[in-house]
Amino acid sequence: MSDIYKSLVEIAGEEHVSTQTEELYFYARDPGLMPTHEPDYVIAPKTTEEVQKIVKLANKEKIPIVPMGAGMALTGLIIPLKGGIVIDMKRMRKIVGVNEKARHVIVEGGTSQGALKAYLESNYPNLRHSIPDAPPTATIAANVVIHGQGRLTQQYGFNSDMVSGLEVVLPTGEICKIGSCSMSPDWFSKGPSLPDLSGLFLGWFGTTGIITKLGLKLYPKKKMRDVEIFVTDKAELVPDILFRLTHTEMVEDINIWFQEKPIMFQGNHHITLYITGDTDEELEFKRKMVWDSLKEFRDTKDGGFMWVLPAMKPTFLDMPQKSITTFADVKKGGGFEYSGPIVLIEKYPVFARKLGELANKHKIAYSGMARVIGRSHAMMFGIAFTFNRADPDMMDRVKKALHEGIVFAFDHGGIPWKPTAEEQKIAMERMDPNTLRLMKMIKENLDPNGIMNPGNWEVN
Amino acid sequence: MYSLKFDENLCATCPTSDCLVKCQYIDVDRDTAHNEMMKIIKGEDSFVLHECVTCYACEEYCKRGNHPFYLITERREEKGMLTASRAITNQWINMVEPQGKYRVGELTEKALSYCFIGELRQAARGKLFEGIRSSYIFGAEFFAQVVYLHFAKTSVIKERLPKVIENISQLGIKQLICMHDECYGSFTSLAPAFGMEVPFEAIHYLEYVYDRLQELKSDIKPLNIKVAYQRPCSSRLSPDKYHFVGDILALIGAELVEREYQGENALCCGEMIRMINLNEVANDIQKRNIDDMVESGAEYCVFNCPYCQMALSEKVSKREIKPIHIIDLCKMAIGEKK
Repeated sequence: MSDIYKSLVEIAGEEHVSTQTEELYFYARDPGLMPTHEPDYVIAPKTTEEVQKIVKLANKEKIPIVPMGAGMALTGLIIPLKGGIVIDMKRMRKIVGVNEKARHVIVEGGTSQGALKAYLESNYPNLRHSIPDAPPTATIAANVVIHGQGRLTQQYGFNSDMVSGLEVVLPTGEICKIGSCSMSPDWFSKGPSLPDLSGLFLGWFGTTGIITKLGLKLYPKKKMRDVEIFVTDKAELVPDILFRLTHTEMVEDINIWFQEKPIMFQGNHHITLYITGDTDEELEFKRKMVWDSLKEFRDTKDGGFMWVLPAMKPTFLDMPQKSITTFADVKKGGGFEYSGPIVLIEKYPVFARKLGELANKHKIAYSGMARVIGRSHAMMFGIAFTFNRADPDMMDRVKKALHEGIVFAFDHGGIPWKPTAEEQKIAMERMDPNTLRLMKMIKENLDPNGIMNPGNWEVN
Repeated sequence: MYSLKFDENLCATCPTSDCLVKCQYIDVDRDTAHNEMMKIIKGEDSFVLHECVTCYACEEYCKRGNHPFYLITERREEKGMLTASRAITNQWINMVEPQGKYRVGELTEKALSYCFIGELRQAARGKLFEGIRSSYIFGAEFFAQVVYLHFAKTSVIKERLPKVIENISQLGIKQLICMHDECYGSFTSLAPAFGMEVPFEAIHYLEYVYDRLQELKSDIKPLNIKVAYQRPCSSRLSPDKYHFVGDILALIGAELVEREYQGENALCCGEMIRMINLNEVANDIQKRNIDDMVESGAEYCVFNCPYCQMALSEKVSKREIKPIHIIDLCKMAIGEKK
């Protein structure tokens, strides 16, 4: 038995530390396409202090550590590329408190999206958070670390924009508070009016610290929620349609999707939009505003609203939406991965065309999906493919298609969302040298031993 | 190959022009109606082609056996006029593209057609359908095609309906009980109007249910409720069967309330009208229709078409009227449903 194992057991207890092959097997992979790599140890701490001890141990031993939520990013961000210790955060799942009037919640770093949703529904039915369309086991901390998006992203930006404070264990073991909570008992701001230091951790994929607590903004939850779907056969009209929809300021979430099957969806672009209200009058007023905003497209017959039958509505109104799992198994064998570059909305037509070309070229099934971020400030364009895990040739074709897709995105002014280690390298090659130098300074200063999730954002 | 059998002389000599005079959405006098119909017949443009909301009612208003709505639909397509957007039109055309995923039961010469409506499969249960339920057809291969009238696409009807008829007759079916007005209308009105031969007998399910209730008369306990009936657009293609609604309701002790929007003056559910881009018209129809149900004291809104039911159930429920399909109402009367 190694000294490191013994030390880890001393920190978290024997039942929360493992070097068992069958457990390392699972911690060596995520559900995507990335090559696997086993960690040497897995530990599931319960407290910030335990995390702190693990980090100090790793520093002393110069052993890599990889903080992990539910491992749902699909791009291999929690695969321990250089072995070491995977810190599974899921035992740190306490909901520390809610400030109802100030609309924010403080949660521990392993709290899941589903747990928070359920908690709010039971205790604060007038409040909600921006739930992503990931499985409910996905954690809130991991989601903001990858700049995830959710149901309120069209209204309030990336989920990471909704962070209202952080408690972080730095790579050298200090516990550091970020935002208003650094000098106040209240977690209402991650930065302003202080220097905003949250950027040292958000988007860094655990390479600069481990989030052990975070404050998250909550938003009003209306009593009613409904869905409308506007359909057009002209991809080139989608940006203008989105511009007009967002101008109404009446819409919650906006997603765009197109797919080959079932054939009723073939050839069209579907803009799913959600409206909410506390009364029928509010809902109908918003619906009217939305319909009126697209009158020009309706009158020219370039687009129209489809009838969303009552039986279809639960699928669309589900949060998170489960229908993605159906697509994930189209080819049987349960493989699904997507690259989701963040791009300008005006680029939608070229990306939509490219996705079809990639699918044809590589003979794979695709699903196009995009989510509006902010008031048309940008969008996440999902280049998604499904594959059979028992078919290595198909998996290889999907890999190639995804690679071509992300290069295309870079070439068209996009930036990668939750990029794989390989995509991070491409991003850094294309980055302004001074930006890269600044990242290097930050990384070297925060993580002098290079122990934090190595292989990711390797500015060295 | 198939073309609309339309007798121009019947229109030219029509003393009423009721097809347009009675239209609930176009306000015209007899002379204007006559002139506009003559323009349409000649292939000229008419404001009617632009303003028709596709309620089908003129097919019933015409008592001379002509097909004014089919003609309007033909002319719209000839002129490249779309009712709904291209995208929605194609969505509906693709949705019911036959793909070999149909279902047939243990067929006999008499069979039920669920068309391509899953809800009808669920409805056809219990004593009312004893002995016939297992003999059924369901799927895109048997789809009625009538809906393409809303989209001004008679070309789709002409292409697909003959194949549907062939598919059914190849199964050896001699009598087809159509569980939906569209289905019945397609074989008894649409197909003959376009010169398609139908080698089997279509039976309207309301007629079947009425006959069956007569057999089950001893099981019926009068419901003693007041109901409003939501007449679907496609029932305009078979007005001769409309009386079965009243006959059935009388048989099960449900009082059909007197109201403004019933019979020939009925308002459709509005959702297809919404889909062809007439949102305000659809809202207005639904509001007037439901207000009328409420004012007439109806406790239930009885549906014939599952899509009308989907369109209006929530809305009538909010006004404290219970939505129910007529088959379920019959099941209530014979003690099979609460």
